[in-house]
Amino acid sequence: MFFRAAWSLVLRKTGPGIRGMHSPGSAAHGEGKMPPYTSYHAQRTYPMPDEPFCTELNAEQRALKEKEKGSWTQLSHAEKVALYRLQFHETFAEMNRRSNEWKTVMGCVFFFFGLTALLIWWQRVYVFPEKPITLTDEWKAQQLQRVLDMKGNPVQGLASRWDYEKKEWKK
Amino acid sequence: MTSSALTKPQMRGLLAKRLRFHIVGAFAVSLGVAAFYKFAVAEQRKKAYADFYRNYDSMKDFEEMKKAGIFQSAK
Repeated sequence: MFFRAAWSLVLRKTGPGIRGMHSPGSAAHGEGKMPPYTSYHAQRTYPMPDEPFCTELNAEQRALKEKEKGSWTQLSHAEKVALYRLQFHETFAEMNRRSNEWKTVMGCVFFFFGLTALLIWWQRVYVFPEKPITLTDEWKAQQLQRVLDMKGNPVQGLASRWDYEKKEWKK
Repeated sequence: MTSSALTKPQMRGLLAKRLRFHIVGAFAVSLGVAAFYKFAVAEQRKKAYADFYRNYDSMKDFEEMKKAGIFQSAK
């Protein structure tokens, strides 16, 4: 949704150049703009754009526009819908429809997680130097024994979990 | 216009309603969290310290540490 918003913002900036183009022999839809470079994109945050969606109207649509200048109570329901469709590309319900984009996004995220994991594994095997002596198991065991001898955090912390009589961790 | 008349939606007081809901909720949640913290963390900790120091013999502790050999000034 943000891509579409950003894209339409980009297009609005370059809008004046593109809006002038009219493709000859365009379909009865008649928006007169080359797809996909329409400068019109339905946005919840920009509900009333400057230009209507269809700028090239055929005779029937022009007649309808004339009728619109009179009292609106004389318009039938189908005519009101037709006028709406001339003015706007999508209804709010249509523009807010959900999509399956999130699945693509999550898939790509997980894919890159995995790729990064492989890279880091390679790095650990081929790039990292030897561990310093202080990280060997022997040294770490001696370090832990020293902390227990000093009774570090005896109330709720490390030494409180050690059973000094049985010389093992408390169950 | 169309066939059936829709019910008129709520037009006023939307912010007030939302605020009331959320203020009440915020009070409840913060009181709940504070009560939980008091009983699960604070009282537990106070009890742990009280239990530890009830029968604590500091000289015995010192002798044990000295025997383990961690002191430089008392061997």
